[in-house]
Amino acid sequence: MIIRQTWVLVKKEILIELRMKYALSGMILYLISSIFLAYITFSTGRAPINIPTWNVLFWIIMLFVATNSIAKSFIQESRERILYYYTIANPHAIILAKMVFNSCLMLFLVMMGFVIYIILLGNPVGDLPMFLLALLLGAIGFSTTFTMISSIASKASNSSTLMAILGFPVIVPILLLLIKISRNAIEGLARSTIYDEVLTLSAIIIIAISTSILLFPYLWRSN
Amino acid sequence: MRTFFTNNWWKILAIVLMYYVLIYGFLVDVPRLAILNETIRNLFFHVAIWFAMFIMLIVSLVYSIKYLKHSSLHHDRIAGEFATAGIVFGLLGVATGSIWAKFTWGDWWVNDPKLNATTVALLIYLAYVVLRSSIEDSHQKGRISAVYNIFAFAAAVPLIFILPRLTDSLHPGNGGNPGFSAYDLDSNLRTVFYPAVIGWALLGVWFATLRVRIKNMSERIDDLHNY
Repeated sequence: MIIRQTWVLVKKEILIELRMKYALSGMILYLISSIFLAYITFSTGRAPINIPTWNVLFWIIMLFVATNSIAKSFIQESRERILYYYTIANPHAIILAKMVFNSCLMLFLVMMGFVIYIILLGNPVGDLPMFLLALLLGAIGFSTTFTMISSIASKASNSSTLMAILGFPVIVPILLLLIKISRNAIEGLARSTIYDEVLTLSAIIIIAISTSILLFPYLWRSN
Repeated sequence: MRTFFTNNWWKILAIVLMYYVLIYGFLVDVPRLAILNETIRNLFFHVAIWFAMFIMLIVSLVYSIKYLKHSSLHHDRIAGEFATAGIVFGLLGVATGSIWAKFTWGDWWVNDPKLNATTVALLIYLAYVVLRSSIEDSHQKGRISAVYNIFAFAAAVPLIFILPRLTDSLHPGNGGNPGFSAYDLDSNLRTVFYPAVIGWALLGVWFATLRVRIKNMSERIDDLHNY
């Protein structure tokens, strides 16, 4: 029942996204221009970008892309439409659908960002499959956490500022673990040295998803 | 008089314990350790305040969960005020830790995972306060801030215990530095440390309950004005 509702809601999200092309193209343009900004500011320094900076800069750009693209998932929904969902759908299905859709969207943006990033700033990655795993975990971790934060922030008055101040401290553990995993992947170290971090990160993501599913019905009621 | 003592014995206990910690904490014989020297007495302040902070934050979490179950505004006020008390203890913990670091590590602030984790925890609770103040309707405020309190606690606060252990840290208890349990073996330290934790925690509860009572009263005055 919930799975069928979730699936219908995910299809609806995809449909809305495809119809409002300006939103998706806006996000892609945001991604390209921020990476280009990084490229152009580093190239004027005339010193090649070093590997830790490459890594951190990549994830910071992805963090900002995630904040901006996922913020709209609840903040931009009109009040009337939310009331309509309220009458027809299960809150668990709604939050699950938002999370699944945002994870897919974020995965697309992260992959695209990675390709543009290595074209402009070079590719030092030694262990590509491991880095792709970091990208996957990053996309899921950012989108699940920010989906919940966006639903909280959308209920308050100055929601765009709140999105950042509520989200950034919560995202820090995920970001730190991601940077650690991807640094390992860039240096091509043995994979067994990073299993602990991958496990911890997966556990954090599972905690974030399950607490969101538990708590969302309470937020939902407050409309 | 009798009811005064049955209702307020813990406040008297808090005062007695605080005086005990302040006086005996500076007089007690402590182990002579290199580098630490007399700064080991910070155990009664820095570490004890930290324990008290966690107690405050856990009380806040429990009342947030209670609010979601019962929707009583009284629970929401308790959650909010205990979070504020936790922030105050957090700032005190940072201040005492910083003074300690100046004398043992030679700097007020070092880039250390444990210190960074603390900063993150403080940022989370400051964001919680900002979130509370940005919602007008009191039931709406209660529900949304309770959800954020639980979510942030579940997603980030346990990592203050996990993440620093994954990396090396200068902080006692990490990376081969003797931790709290090594000092704990000394019975002199123990006789002050445990009363200090209880004393600080009682003091925090006292502050928080006072503020809850002020909030409850001003709420009642507002109600009277509205009639």
